[in-house]
Amino acid sequence: MSVDPSVETSVRPLLAILASLLAVPLIVASDRRPNLRETWSLLAAFVKAAIVLSMLPAVLAGQTLVCPLWQLSPGVALELRVDTLGLVFAMVSSTLWVLTSFYSIGYVRGAGEKKQTRYFASFALSLSATIGIAFSANLLTFLVFFEMLTVATYPLVLHKETAEARRGARMYLAYTLPAGLALLLAVAITWSLTGTLEFVPGGFVSTAHGSPELLTALFVLFLIGVGVKAGIMPVHAWLPAAMVAPTPVSALLHAVAVVKAGVFGVLRVTGFVFGPGLLSELGLDTALAWAAGATVLLASLLALAQDNLKRRLAYSTVGHLSYIVLGAALLNVWSWTGAILHLVFHATMKITLFFCAGAIYVRTHKEKVSELAGIGRQMPITMAAFAVGSLGLAGVPGVNGFVSKWNLLSGTALGGEHLLLGVLALSGVLNAAYFFPIVHTAFFKRSDAFPSYGEASPLMLVPLVITALASLVLGVAPDLGVHAWALALRTASLVTGGPLP
Amino acid sequence: MDLATTLLSRWPYVFTIVLLLIGLYGMMVKQNMMKKLFGMNIFQTAIILFFIVHAYKTGASVPILDEALGGDPATYVNPIPHGLMLTAIVVSVATTGVALALLIRIYRAYGTIDESELLAHLRDEDGA
Amino acid sequence: MTTPMPESALPILVTVLLLFGALATVAAGLVRRRLAWPIAFTTLVLVLADALVLLATVVRGGPVRHTLGGWAAPIGIEFVVDALGAFVVVVIAAVAVAVGVYAREAVRRENPDQEVAFHGMLLTMLLGLTGMVLTGDLFNLYVFYEISSLAGYALLAVGDRKAPVAAFRYLILGTTGASFYLLGVGFLYLLTGSLNMADVARLMPGLVGNPALPVALALMIVGVGLKMAMFPLHGWQPDAYTYASSTTTALIAPIMTKVSAFVLLRLIFFVFGVDLVTRLLPAGWIIAWLSAAGIVVTSVMAIAQRDVKRMLAYSSVAQLGYIGLGIGLANPWALTGAVLHILNHATMKCCLFLVTGSVALHARRTSVAQYAGLGRAMPWTFASFTLAALAMVGLPPTNGFFSKWYLLLGTLRAESFGLAAIVVASSLLTAVYFFRLLERIYTAPATGADLPRGDASLTLLAPTIVLGVAVLALGLGNAWIVTQVLQPSLPGATRLPGM
Repeated sequence: MSVDPSVETSVRPLLAILASLLAVPLIVASDRRPNLRETWSLLAAFVKAAIVLSMLPAVLAGQTLVCPLWQLSPGVALELRVDTLGLVFAMVSSTLWVLTSFYSIGYVRGAGEKKQTRYFASFALSLSATIGIAFSANLLTFLVFFEMLTVATYPLVLHKETAEARRGARMYLAYTLPAGLALLLAVAITWSLTGTLEFVPGGFVSTAHGSPELLTALFVLFLIGVGVKAGIMPVHAWLPAAMVAPTPVSALLHAVAVVKAGVFGVLRVTGFVFGPGLLSELGLDTALAWAAGATVLLASLLALAQDNLKRRLAYSTVGHLSYIVLGAALLNVWSWTGAILHLVFHATMKITLFFCAGAIYVRTHKEKVSELAGIGRQMPITMAAFAVGSLGLAGVPGVNGFVSKWNLLSGTALGGEHLLLGVLALSGVLNAAYFFPIVHTAFFKRSDAFPSYGEASPLMLVPLVITALASLVLGVAPDLGVHAWALALRTASLVTGGPLP
Repeated sequence: MDLATTLLSRWPYVFTIVLLLIGLYGMMVKQNMMKKLFGMNIFQTAIILFFIVHAYKTGASVPILDEALGGDPATYVNPIPHGLMLTAIVVSVATTGVALALLIRIYRAYGTIDESELLAHLRDEDGA
Repeated sequence: MTTPMPESALPILVTVLLLFGALATVAAGLVRRRLAWPIAFTTLVLVLADALVLLATVVRGGPVRHTLGGWAAPIGIEFVVDALGAFVVVVIAAVAVAVGVYAREAVRRENPDQEVAFHGMLLTMLLGLTGMVLTGDLFNLYVFYEISSLAGYALLAVGDRKAPVAAFRYLILGTTGASFYLLGVGFLYLLTGSLNMADVARLMPGLVGNPALPVALALMIVGVGLKMAMFPLHGWQPDAYTYASSTTTALIAPIMTKVSAFVLLRLIFFVFGVDLVTRLLPAGWIIAWLSAAGIVVTSVMAIAQRDVKRMLAYSSVAQLGYIGLGIGLANPWALTGAVLHILNHATMKCCLFLVTGSVALHARRTSVAQYAGLGRAMPWTFASFTLAALAMVGLPPTNGFFSKWYLLLGTLRAESFGLAAIVVASSLLTAVYFFRLLERIYTAPATGADLPRGDASLTLLAPTIVLGVAVLALGLGNAWIVTQVLQPSLPGATRLPGM
């Protein structure tokens, strides 16, 4: 077997996963000593982010890091591989986890939540699963970590243990478990048809493996499998229901881990399993693009109707996730670059908004948009950050959201899909419609509801400022720091076969 | 005509089948557990009979080596099924013993060995 | 003709150890009751050691045999052990040791007066079960079958006052099954003149066309199917498991029906041969679809149960359906899944029943409603329960996921999307009754007055935890088991490509 010089064996992918996995028993053991327990979480977060970021230079230089573990099933190994796409996702999740850990501590203590040990332990486990998803080298490894993520996040959705929380958690399972089974079936069929499960840029399934009907059915199964977590309509309904979880959970999991794992799955399936060639041959790209486009519009409209702030953010997330799916479905270099960039940038913006929502809740116990009049005067920094996030999600230049959106728009133009271009543009307007009034009301409406509250604790305030600032900085220099731009572009050209401009 | 002669010529096997069916009838239809036990015994006996019957050879002697008859296998009934059935009889006896012990326990606890009554008791106690 | 199988005393040592262990346990126990358990447990540990050595020997050197009394086969009785058989014996022995640890306290608290007889019967039942796996003689199998059954009836009758009723019903059905099997053996003997499995297998091709052959096959399948609790012959199982003592259920549920499934596998694949079986009867498809129906029906019934043990009992029938399904499909992937599930389900179910036993003893609670809020009170017990439950649902990386994975591949290889859908849908049904219970355990407020203080004692807890961890370890390491142990011993036509 020839040795590919651009592939290097490294144990770092495994270490990245283990960092938080090993923290779980330590967290559980420190149940009686909260400060020690929180130290484990923070330590794990820092270590994990450090390990992930340490792999950046190698990947930027064109290398792929692999870490084969052992056989999971005859012919398929549990194997980790760090390529450009995986690294992007891993970097987003791990760096944002550091911030979310601080924020979590502030929130959980500020809101007086019970069962904090279970909370922090589940969080750590969820992040291990997320990094595992990012670094999966084949579909079976992916499936294992994908299901682990479902199990690890369930206690977090259930956390408050109220009747509403239990309903939300049950709905979460009712959607994600069947999706996992659809994914299992899809992976099993893929193995039966092709004999391999390794991700290959450009896909490895072809019409030689089965009839168009069979391949279409297989694609649909895959889409159900990853699409539930990705919030594609009509299997999105768990996402607003899951907002019953504590806000840091909503922030990290529903801005970053779970939903991004879903779209990451969509990217892997469309780009590394089926591939642009097969998808356009079967006409599945058009179908997916339209499903995504419909989701974008419907979700934006539904967001307008929500009074509960977190639910409005949830529907907004559903819409923005379909930006990414749309980008994937358009199958050209720009749309893919936009999609991957949006995976990163939406994360920073959305997490800012959720952090703000959580800070507001802890300080004022207000959850509804209609109750937020005048809060900008009491919590100016928080609402300023909220404004930044909103501007970015609406696609206003200056914030990173504009950059990803521009790429997506270019992608639609390149693909000649002018109707979808209109959908994206319209969505931007709708985003403004459901976000800007919140900012306006917060700052410019007078109210006696908030005599004097002031900002939330620094543990919560600092993270949201950092993410807001990051959104601004990346808006101007999208390749700064983690080189999201370069990685996205490289992935896009590898997958679509388009030139690297 | 053919069927009748076939059945008549193999009448021991027919008899075995009849016993089997009687045994099954007892086990399935009868509500009294002792009668079920009888049915089970008859069922087992039918099978034992089956084995013994097909070990038989016309004009042959018991399967114990006799100096007078010599070593020709054709003069002896097939010993293997006999040996097997000795074991089966032991098993049957042991099973009957266990069954009777169980019936005594049941009778002491519930005062009845009628299956439908017992099942009613069981469901009552479950619901409690 | 290949080189003759090497002789080894290891197989018969299992039988001898259990036989004399049972006698010694009862004898010593009659003198002094407290001696019963140590002797029984020592026997179990020795048997496990022997089984492991046997497995290693067979994996490395190929199948071994032992001719009893020096009488050569095919007239004499012999034990024939290949990797598959040794594997099942190890599973039996390991579960027995785990339950053995648990039994020390459990039996003393639940049935102190019958302690001596209980341990003796336990060893006797294992004698029968291991014998069924080890033997290479069809009638000898019947003898061991009945030995294990008789001991089983006795064990199942020890419990509350409902237990003897369930045990009696099982006795009637079980004896019927054994008799059917015996009748089938009689037919085969009539046709071949031999009782030795290998010999009969050799003579089998020459018998094709004989009308007695399919009858023999059908009789044996029904006979074994009854003891296996194959749907729809499963009616005896839920009552029997529910009313028996916790130790009995924890021992019998994981292994008794599995051994019968293993015997079915032996009959179909080694004695009759798959090709012959499919030519005689569409047995494969009948077994596969009956199993599939069983999976669905019993999973639904499990959802409806209010008593946790009964819920698990119905679940056991469903899980056995997976094994039946794999055997029925008869392709390499399906068989791999079926055999692997013998091990996987044994660990999962044993863990679950040990938990119900601990909860009944320690917290005096038995129904789903009463389990509310216990997660905090008995954390280690329920942590193991959670792992086993996730495995039952089939979530990776637990072992339960991998059996389903192989089975699913098997259904796809057989091009039966209906069966594939059933395998997938059954996970959902299982998820309903397990997640509902887990949610109640961890989030509902505790009911009843006396919450236990602290978790169960060490002898109750240790095996539970070990099995819980095993569920994960066996999942991650399943490929090793499949390639090193299982694949080499499945008949040539049913090996995975490249093995």
